[in-house]
Parts: sequence; C-alpha cells; structure tokens
Amino acid sequence: MAKQISVFLENKAGRLSHVTRVLGTAGINIRALSIADTSDFGILRLIVNDPDRAYQVLKENGFTVSETDVLAVQVSDSPGGLAAVLEQMHEDNLNIEYLYAFIGTSGDDALVILKVEDSKKTTEIFRQKGIKFLEETQLYRL
Amino acid sequence: MLYWDQEKECMPREELEKLQLRRLKETVFRTYAFVPTYKEKLSQAGITAGDIQSLDDLKRLPFTTKQDLRDNYPFSLFAVPMSEVVRIHSSSGTTGKPTVVGYTKRDIEIWAELMARALTSAGATKNAVIQNSYGYGLFTGGLGVHYGAERIGASVIPTSGGNTRRQVMLMQDFGTTLLTCTPSYVLFMYEAMQEAGINLRNLKLKAGVFGAEPWSESMRREIENKLGIDAFDIYGLSEIIGPGVAIECSCKNGLHIAEDHFLAEIIDPVSEEVLPDGCPGELVITSITKEALPLIRYRTRDLTTIVRTCCDCGRTHARMQKVLGRSDDMVIIRGVNVFPSMVESVLLNIPGVEPHYLLIVDRKGNLDQLEVQVEVSERLFSDEVRKLEELGGLIRKDLESNLGIGVKVRLVEPKSIPRSEGKAQRVIDKRNL
Repeated sequence: MAKQISVFLENKAGRLSHVTRVLGTAGINIRALSIADTSDFGILRLIVNDPDRAYQVLKENGFTVSETDVLAVQVSDSPGGLAAVLEQMHEDNLNIEYLYAFIGTSGDDALVILKVEDSKKTTEIFRQKGIKFLEETQLYRL
Repeated sequence: MLYWDQEKECMPREELEKLQLRRLKETVFRTYAFVPTYKEKLSQAGITAGDIQSLDDLKRLPFTTKQDLRDNYPFSLFAVPMSEVVRIHSSSGTTGKPTVVGYTKRDIEIWAELMARALTSAGATKNAVIQNSYGYGLFTGGLGVHYGAERIGASVIPTSGGNTRRQVMLMQDFGTTLLTCTPSYVLFMYEAMQEAGINLRNLKLKAGVFGAEPWSESMRREIENKLGIDAFDIYGLSEIIGPGVAIECSCKNGLHIAEDHFLAEIIDPVSEEVLPDGCPGELVITSITKEALPLIRYRTRDLTTIVRTCCDCGRTHARMQKVLGRSDDMVIIRGVNVFPSMVESVLLNIPGVEPHYLLIVDRKGNLDQLEVQVEVSERLFSDEVRKLEELGGLIRKDLESNLGIGVKVRLVEPKSIPRSEGKAQRVIDKRNL
C-alpha cells in the first residue's frame, strides 16, 4: 500500500500554483498527480516522495488535506498491459474508485495508481494472481 | 452570588409597575419640556405629560426611529445642556450619518450598574478576571463592559478587539475566567488557540458574555462544547444605553430586560400594533431613566418575543428570547424572509460543519438566487468527488426544507470566509435593488 495526499481546492485562479509552490519550497517532489473536478471545486491527488511531510506542510498552510491508501500496480509497459490487470480485477469483482498513471517506471514496468473499494481483498488477490505492486518504501524511492 | 441588586432584579411586579409608571411620566414630561422634536411629536399625537395615567397609555405615544436620530444629528435630541454630558458614543455610520448618543454622569452610573448585573448574572464576582475583547472607542461595547466589570471589583483586561494571537496568549497567561466579545469572534479565537497549540485545559475560562450580533442556540452549543464554557447572551444597543439592556441568567431561557430602566413592547413592524406576550415581532424600547438621551418607543429593528412569566432564577423582569435577526439583516429572496441565523441553525446541526458561512444573494435575469458558502473542514473532506457532492446535496436539502426556497451550496476552502474581530458580515447582497 502507498499513501496518497488529497487536497481540497476551490475552483479559483492561483490555487493549484499555490499548492505546488508550497510543496516545492518544502523540497517535496511530486511523482504522480490527478485532479478530479466539478464546477465548484476540485480534489488534487498526489503521490510524493515524502507524504507525511507533504501532509504536514499543506496543513500548516491552511489546506484541507487527507491521506488515502492506494496501490501502485506494476503493469507491463506494452499494448494490453493495463487491460490484463483490469480484466483480472473484473473477474474477481474488485471495484475501482479511480486510477491514474505514475510518471516514472519501475524497471520495465509502467506504474498505475489504483484506489480500490476493498484494498485488503485486492492485495490478497493480487498476491495470489501474481499481479505486482510496489511497497511504500520502494515507491517513494523511485 | 446570584444577583447584583436583588431588590431591583427581583422586585415584585406590582411594585415594579408603579416605579415604571412614575418614571415614564417623568420621561414624557422631560422630553416634552426639553427636546423640541419630542414636543412636536407629542403635540401632533395630542398628548401631554398629564395624559399618562397608566402603563397602558404607553401605546398612545409616538415612535422614535433611527431616522429621528439622524435628522437630529448630532445633539438635537439631547434633553440636557452639553455641560451635563460627560460621554459621547456613536455608531460607525456606514449607511449614512452616524447616530450619536450622549450620557450624563448619572447615565454612566446606571449603565455601570446594569453591566454589573449582567456580568454577575453570568457568574462574575470580584474574583473574576474579565477579558474584554469588545472594541474600545466610539462603540459602546468596550467601555460599557469595562465600567460594569470594575464596578463589581473584577480584574479587567481591556484587550479590545484584534490581535487575536496576543488575545489567546493573555487569556492563558493572565488566567482569564470570563470573556466578553461577539460570538463570531470567540470562535475565531478558538481557531487561533488551535493554531497556537494552546491546550484548553490550561485555560481558566469558565464563561463568556457574547452579544452585539444575533446568534443561534446551535451556535451556543458549538461555543460551549468547543471551549468547555458557559455562553451567555447579552443584549443592548447604543441608542438605548449600550450593552446591558438585557442579559441571560443561568436558566438560559431568555434575556431579562432591566425593566426598572426600560419599558419593552413587541409590535408588528408593518401595522405598528402592539402584540401580546409570546408573539414574535419588533422590539420597541422606552428608556425611562436616561437623562441625556431619553427615547420614547424606540424601534430597535430587532425581532424577538417577550414573556413576563416567572423565571426559575427568581428575577421578576420580563424575558426576551434570543434575537432572531434584525429586520435590516433580513434578506428577502423571492418573497421569502431569510435571516442568517436560520441558515446558521441548519448548518450547525450537520456534524462537522463549521460555524463560518456566508450568504451571497444575487439576481440572475429576474430571479433571486441564494448561494450559501460552507467551509470544508478536515472532518467533512473526502477525497472522492461523489461523497463531497453528496455532502453538498445534504446541506442543500436541509437548507431548502428549512428556508422554503431553493439554495445553491458552494463548498469552499477552510478559512477562506473572512473572519471578523467584531460583528461578522454574514450576507453579501449583490442585487441592485
């Protein structure tokens, strides 16, 4: 499991640049991100090299922040790589809340960040079926 | 100590009414004799001082409005020469000429007595350490509380408003036991305490006397739970004397109006008819002991109800309920009256919602729109859009069923709604009406 940092942002000019500047000044490197948005607000989701510190500095700067457990799944960096994992999950009835791609790679594999409904069950099945995912420490070190 | 002045505060009603009638007669006589505006008003109504035979005759007297104060700016309503006036206070005058009020030495004495009653009612004694965070200056809040606190012999910390970090530091270091400020400011202070890492257990704060703006029962619960104190509502307005016109007792079931100094009525704001006890309407006050600026039937614009039944605390003075709102704060949206306090009650009943909110009224085409901004606290936040949208929908439904109009709810970032160190601004009306 890996820790994702989620930040509540109003749809207002300059908010995104403010978050990223706060993180930059604190020496925190963003490794993956996605934004879910509505007409009024957005939720910025981040994988960073030091989630605990990121949580701390964002909170100190007045943002509403939370930590969420996500999975960093290794998928073969070739056509059909992601499809194979998702098909397996479908077969085993594992629901996905959302997913987004990681910027770096792990060896030859591409990385996808997955937020699943039942993370315990998912990790068990991944282990049985040989779907690889990174441990926290491995992920932050990439 | 339960009362500051038991004889006056628990006076049998029959005796109290005799006193009121005598003082009302004097007031009508003095205003007729010394204030040209009142001479004219009373003459037009065909009333002379001799016509006042019972308290029931009060309703024959003409009203006084804020406009009368403006028309007589600055001192023309004063009933004494300026040589007798020892203090002048004034409103900020943001919506026109300020309203100016004056006090004789005796007026100041009575005011201090009333504030001593109020603070005692909230549990203060000479051992209390009272931090007074009402603004000092032309506003009556600061000096009003100050004189009352000194009168009971408490230790006063005259912090005035502002510099919140220092306020909370002094509260801890000086061992404040009672805080006086606006209800919105105490919540702002609470946030500052959290930020400064102050442990509430290290505070000696037991009670707060909060006023100068309407606040709901839910807001009281919020303040009491967060700070672990008793929160008392105080009512007053500078035109009448300042804070201390009415104060809650430990029963917290209405504010006792100091009836030996003020006559209170409730009227229908439109028909101007006097309403029976228990009916909601506009509070009208006649000051019957004021020397410098006696006002007859002053229309406060505050909406409340009055009951004259016995109170468990033993005080005989009438009780007004917490002010529902000011008729000037009320916004009319698509024909429906909306008070910020109604929105506040709904919001604070939803777990995790902070008491910081803003109403934005706008008109799109010919349709009024109400947007309620609510801050997303850590407790409310979810990193799933669906859950946040559900939350917004829940708040919207609750508001709509309570207000009876359509509402848009906007979730905003924490602390993005401006905090106030005095009276909070709850409504922004962008309509050009």
